Amino acid sequence: MISMNGEFIAFFLLSVMAIAGAVFMINFTRVVHMILALAFTFLGIAGIFVTLNAEFLAVVQVLIYTGAVSILMLFGIMLTRHRDETRDGGRPWHAFLCFLGVGGFFALLMRIIYGSPFNGETAKTETFSVSGLGESVFKQYVIPFEVTSILLLVALVGAIILAKKERS
Amino acid sequence: MPVSSYLALGAILFCVGLYGVLTKRNAVMVLFSIELMLNAANINLVAFSKYGLYANQTGQVFTLFTITVAAAEAAVGIAILFALYRNRSTAEADRFQSLKG
Repeated sequence: MISMNGEFIAFFLLSVMAIAGAVFMINFTRVVHMILALAFTFLGIAGIFVTLNAEFLAVVQVLIYTGAVSILMLFGIMLTRHRDETRDGGRPWHAFLCFLGVGGFFALLMRIIYGSPFNGETAKTETFSVSGLGESVFKQYVIPFEVTSILLLVALVGAIILAKKERS
Repeated sequence: MPVSSYLALGAILFCVGLYGVLTKRNAVMVLFSIELMLNAANINLVAFSKYGLYANQTGQVFTLFTITVAAAEAAVGIAILFALYRNRSTAEADRFQSLKG
């Protein structure tokens, strides 16, 4: 039985925040409202990271998702002409079938999650630290780190070339 | 907290994102729903960095890499969307029916 301690209350509030933002994102009709709702979800996920003793990741999540990606998507909305309201009518069967399929997938996932015998052990979270994270990134995972920097460079150049106006 | 709660939260967010990808017409919202699915996967990685048999901080390293790749994906996705928008002058995903420029 789950005891009502502070961790449980924090997890409950943050997960409600994350799920509510996601569901509002699906249900809102105005595009800007959708993006604000999803930024709210990303904030909730950053809080979840804090409850999992991943403070550095929480800060990165706020900086990259709530800050950068949301603003990037807002630019995407502003720079493309869109009807302010998304049109969703006209194909009710499509949404219904998608709902059935996703619901079935969700039921399968829940069955697997709650049917699996997870080990109850917890890591020694007092050993978790930003310096430990940095050491494993720059020592054990230095090759993936460098490859990631190349990937970011390629994405930067590729995005500029793709979005640049073509001379005809 | 049992690890199943975090996995269940990840599953819920993933399914909401999947539903958004399948039903949204605006291509920007499809991209954004994909970001939500990636975040749901990150929750699983971080949860298993705290709970489990040999849990350690490696899960957080994986999540850092995932966040980086997701940011690159969002930037390239928006750029492709702009290129398509210039050719088709619409941002609705179901209007992009041909691969020809």
